[in-house]
Amino acid sequence: MADQQDVALMAHLLRRAGFGASRDEIEAKAAQGYDSVVEELLNPSSVPNVEEDLLMRYMPAYHEAAAIETNIQAWVWRMINTPRQLQEKMALFWHMIFCAGHSKIDSGQEMGRMIAMFREHGMGNFRNLLWLLSTSPAMVYYLDNSESHKENLNENYGRELLELFSLGVGKDEEFNYSEDDVKACARAFTGWNIAPSYPPFPYGRSPWEFRFDPADHDDSEKTFLGETGNLNGDDVLDIICKQPATARFVARHLYNFFVADDVQIPAWRLTPPRDMKAIEAMEQAYFDSGYEIKAVLEVLFKSDFFKAEDVRFAKVKNPAEMVVSTMRLVGEHRDIQPGLFEFSQEPKYMGMDLMNPPTVEGWHTGREWIDSGTLVERINFAADLMGNTELPGVQSLVGRLMAQGDSLTPDQFVAGCLDLTGPLIVTDDTLQQLRAHASKDGNLTTANQAEFSRRAGEMFQMIAATAEFQFE
Amino acid sequence: MVSTQKDPVLAVLSLSGGNDGLNTVIPYNNPLYRDYRPTLGIPEGQIISINDQLGFHPTMGPLKKFWDEGKLAIFLGVGYDNPSYSHFRSMDIWHTCEPDKIGTEGWLGRVLKEIDPTAENVLCGVNFGRGLPRALVMEGVPVASVGNLETYGLLTGIDGEGQRDQALDVFGRMYSPAMGSGAVMDYIHSTGTNALKGADILATAPDKYTSEVEYSNTDVGQYMKNIAQTHLAEFGSRVLYTTSPYNIFDTHANQASLHSGLWSDVSNNVDTFYQDLRDHNASDNVMLLMFTEFGRRISDNGSGTDHGAGGIAWVVGENVKGGIYGEYPSLEPSQQEEGGNLKYSMDFRSIYTTIVEDWFKMDAQPIVGGSFEKVNFL
Repeated sequence: MADQQDVALMAHLLRRAGFGASRDEIEAKAAQGYDSVVEELLNPSSVPNVEEDLLMRYMPAYHEAAAIETNIQAWVWRMINTPRQLQEKMALFWHMIFCAGHSKIDSGQEMGRMIAMFREHGMGNFRNLLWLLSTSPAMVYYLDNSESHKENLNENYGRELLELFSLGVGKDEEFNYSEDDVKACARAFTGWNIAPSYPPFPYGRSPWEFRFDPADHDDSEKTFLGETGNLNGDDVLDIICKQPATARFVARHLYNFFVADDVQIPAWRLTPPRDMKAIEAMEQAYFDSGYEIKAVLEVLFKSDFFKAEDVRFAKVKNPAEMVVSTMRLVGEHRDIQPGLFEFSQEPKYMGMDLMNPPTVEGWHTGREWIDSGTLVERINFAADLMGNTELPGVQSLVGRLMAQGDSLTPDQFVAGCLDLTGPLIVTDDTLQQLRAHASKDGNLTTANQAEFSRRAGEMFQMIAATAEFQFE
Repeated sequence: MVSTQKDPVLAVLSLSGGNDGLNTVIPYNNPLYRDYRPTLGIPEGQIISINDQLGFHPTMGPLKKFWDEGKLAIFLGVGYDNPSYSHFRSMDIWHTCEPDKIGTEGWLGRVLKEIDPTAENVLCGVNFGRGLPRALVMEGVPVASVGNLETYGLLTGIDGEGQRDQALDVFGRMYSPAMGSGAVMDYIHSTGTNALKGADILATAPDKYTSEVEYSNTDVGQYMKNIAQTHLAEFGSRVLYTTSPYNIFDTHANQASLHSGLWSDVSNNVDTFYQDLRDHNASDNVMLLMFTEFGRRISDNGSGTDHGAGGIAWVVGENVKGGIYGEYPSLEPSQQEEGGNLKYSMDFRSIYTTIVEDWFKMDAQPIVGGSFEKVNFL
């Protein structure tokens, strides 16, 4: 039997390395043991895949769908249902860094293929991932490498590869590359193109494939980050991956996504990491393993800096996390049923239009998820689900609360609900308000089960409305 | 020059999906129109003529009234260089005024920032619909986004007025300023307090509202009604925005009946909207802009029309100088945009520039991202 501390730590791991879990799942995993669960998360093939064939059987139109909405629905369904939670979390992680957006690409199918690539390779080798990214048709088009020619260079991909996908502008107050490096990088990637070319009108769209055109590749000598030669894109990726700046880039992004909110990427040159020791440990793992993301993740999840109390609830949930983790907790759409479309649009209402990031820099995270419009959406969404005592997950929480005793004092009632919905840690002020609210109707007794259920649902709603619930 | 005593208000109705301009303002005397529209051409007898060259779609009778009053400005051949045929990208361009790169700020967000730089009025800008259109996005500009004005607010899922009031009371106290719980927590508390304030104010709009008119029971009808309700409630809202159902103007197939239904709905609701405001003596400071991300292909495809370029935009208002602005794009093959499309002749930012300078009395250059010739419809 896992104790309370184990449950709290496991809940923390499953919120970060996945999209949360039901209380039953949290307790079962806590009993399984922390390191064993980390191993399972890091080795997705050790657990069954999500039953995608079932989804396709009920909804055949999901197969290689052209419509963006269908691809988003399939992705949200997968986030909710896949037993390989970290794998899906990593697909979201890379989508938030290696940004390409539907507003330009205009093909749900290409976006779906790109996310599938992140899913399959997101915990693999970073060098390989950058190569797949550089040959991803969606990216080649999104950042205009398809418009970059031997005789007419377009620097867009060359620049963003360095600035936003690998080195970052700078670290420790130094710059990581020069404008000449940007040009050399762009030249090395000339000829990395796609077929068929854009636009698809008037004959409609065929799937894109990567195509290298040797005749359009700039074969002349280049100097990139101090190395000179007849460099092509592969050489450039080799040079990028061995830079300390790239290790820093990977480590800072993983920290910001999995551990605690930190400043956004434009500030990284001048603002040191929130926890330099943590970053250094991950940088070391990056080099020791030969750029394996899984090795860096293993260090992260097994570290004290990840398990520490002070990083719990130190991250504002992104909209996908808010939507999916709430749905997992309350047991909504954990099978195949109609109504997925509306749920899959919820992240967009909260400011995260999945598969369509606002710019190549992606979404800013942390407090920037919150404004007066998105906060209303977040609170109402979570409160509606958490207060719906018809849902299996909520019923299970109510049942657990009933099992705590025939009569709960208001303080016990609040403590029980906070424990079951997290365990969520709230400030003293919030706790006092929730207790005052609970006191109005006195002790919570199982004598009247309908009333018990109603009051519990209302308390879950109030908890979903707290500022603390915005964090994970 | 415009002279209004009350603060100018802009209402926007975005026609999402790409409206077919050729069948909206019809060049009925141009023989090429008949050649290109063998299936979808509107029979001449049904066209509502507005001059000896152009006529409205038969369902647009209610808009003709504004034309006759001289309060409807029609902009022909509106677009931008190197047109995008993607709904999403083209809408983005219209929203951000950034045709060459992906923009993050909306032009109306910038207008709101200029009107209320310290965000004192949380309802300065209000959107009706779910999610915020990029046109209204701007750092430090709170814009309420209202899916349904009748039920808008926090914790709307709680049944029973008494229980919800209690819950909101707890919410208000939970979000009151907290000391020492960190910058992000403080920020969330103040945002929650703002949201509650905005919701409380907005919730009073439907109760304050009485009206003789009936809007249609469609999204466009209900949101135009919500715009009227919010304006009439005098919350100081200056930009009131809504969008037709997503991509509903994207008439690739079965256009004849779809397009009739759409314009019947839009025309009737715009008419009802102004009637409503006039009944309340509140129409003189409201201008309505209608736009779409692009027009459609010149040739019909037998059932509908595909994505095109140059489109039509509209402005309605008591202070508007009605008339035709811009040239009808030529249907001659040699004059067409590549791919059988209408070539634009008026940059959409010219219309925005006029609105920003002559309606909102601001410098348009930083808001629309450049200098564009004004169109003198104000």
